[in-house]
Amino acid sequence: MRVWLRLPGAGLRIIVSVLLIVIFLMPFYWMILTAFKTLGEVLRMPPKFWVDSLQWQNFRDAFTRINFLHYTRNSLIITLGTMLGQLVVVVPAAYAFARYQFKGKNALFGIVLATMMIPGQLIFLPIFVMFAKSGLLNTYVSLIVPFIASGTAIFMLRQTFMQVPDSQLEAARLDNASEFKIIYTIMMPAAVPTLSTLALLTFIGTWNSYFFPLVWTTTDAVRTLPLGIQKLQDVEGLSPQIVMAGNMMLIVPILLVFLIARKQIIKAFTYMGVK
Amino acid sequence: MKRLHPSVKVLPYLLVAPAVIILTVFYLYPILYNIYLSFFTWNMRGPMKFAGLSNYAELFSGRDFLHTLLNTLLYMVMDVGLVMVLAMGLALFLQKNTPLNRFIQTLSFTPNIISLVSVSLIWMWLMNTDTGLFNYLLSVLGAAPVGWLTDKDVALFSLVLVSVWKSVGFNALIICSALGSIPGYLYEAAALDNASKRSVFFQITLKMISPTLFFLILMNIIGSFQVFETINIMTQGGPSNATNTLIFSIYKQSFEYYRVGYASAMAVVLMGIVGLITIFYFKALNKRVHYR
Repeated sequence: MRVWLRLPGAGLRIIVSVLLIVIFLMPFYWMILTAFKTLGEVLRMPPKFWVDSLQWQNFRDAFTRINFLHYTRNSLIITLGTMLGQLVVVVPAAYAFARYQFKGKNALFGIVLATMMIPGQLIFLPIFVMFAKSGLLNTYVSLIVPFIASGTAIFMLRQTFMQVPDSQLEAARLDNASEFKIIYTIMMPAAVPTLSTLALLTFIGTWNSYFFPLVWTTTDAVRTLPLGIQKLQDVEGLSPQIVMAGNMMLIVPILLVFLIARKQIIKAFTYMGVK
Repeated sequence: MKRLHPSVKVLPYLLVAPAVIILTVFYLYPILYNIYLSFFTWNMRGPMKFAGLSNYAELFSGRDFLHTLLNTLLYMVMDVGLVMVLAMGLALFLQKNTPLNRFIQTLSFTPNIISLVSVSLIWMWLMNTDTGLFNYLLSVLGAAPVGWLTDKDVALFSLVLVSVWKSVGFNALIICSALGSIPGYLYEAAALDNASKRSVFFQITLKMISPTLFFLILMNIIGSFQVFETINIMTQGGPSNATNTLIFSIYKQSFEYYRVGYASAMAVVLMGIVGLITIFYFKALNKRVHYR
């Protein structure tokens, strides 16, 4: 009502709705269906849109053809490491930028903002050379540390910290509370929604990350699950049912998180888009 | 703020130090280092040889780079154009807050949180020339099979389709939230003036959400300049270089041909393009766009 739109007739609306659902659901359905087919069913033309018996061994095959546990472990270590690292680095920085006046503050905050404008993919090569020269290639450090000082996170958290009323801080300071205590007893509780939003964004971003684990590694030692699944495509590309089974195992953790925190994730992405 | 610890002068610097150091080491320094590397010839193993501007000269005299640049621009125009138009349509379609619309909104957003590896693998399977679902559906309609990823006239567009599918829901979500924040009195005033629906749309709706649209266009442009995952997984830059774009080319030059200087020069040019677009964006934002 509020915004003009030439409302199509109810019939057309239903047709478009169904079409949209098919467009966005069908690729997922096709992945799941393929993951449960036999190779014979997969290659059959015309294809079957249903399966009679579920081929669970496709998942076992996907699991064993690549070292699935190895990649999953790396993904978990790097994802958790990045989240923890962000907490340690971003929170104090955001607190200082929100609550202190100090010389050079604007210039330093300018650096933070500038990095939000630079697409990191453009500078992967000089960083690769840096890692190679310092012996950091194929280490967890190389896939965690560059991402823990996220400019976006500092920016968002600073906004939140600025909204904490001054009176609370004054009271704590009169009690001679240390800055550390102020951060952990006043600031952090006030920032729980922002922190969990950031945690979700970091989890999704790091779990899905493909580019940097690809270009900053030369061996499988610290490579993550998306790279593992791509390797599955390389070795089992002629068996789409195995590739799709592996692909499902990559997607499921993210979908679970999305199901649990759907509203918050959507809100977080909306915030990123309109800030 | 005066009666604080004596340490208070140093404290803020200590608090921001880890973040600033990391950002300097992994953003600012690499940018300079990248420019430095672009003046050398180096294969990562042997000694570095100063090459002056020869990497840049090679970039602009050879056909490879221009072809890659053209592919990237073509991809960008198709991608940004389609995403924006379809997202706008989707947002207007889903504006009414009904359960069905909310469901479609969530569903269309889902691809955005899935890894591009997964999305690429799914679409690669759908687009398989012989056993893919798409060509089967085409055959049901009586059409000839399409070489989605193997025909050099189609492949780049196929990659655009994947990108659009992944990001249209996210863009629609942002536009929806911008639409929802337009104050209702504007429409009431327009109704009192008996404004035509057309002029309400252009004068109010489009005008009010133009900052959001501009921001999304900028994000999509920068994003499409960096397209890599789908290419590396689905086409490897082929067939016959039809989907070879800038980041993929930098990656190839770096790790396949070990031409660090040449790849760096390419990255510098790309950085310049992205920088110019960003500057243009902020200039245009100040001048033309209605800002609240």
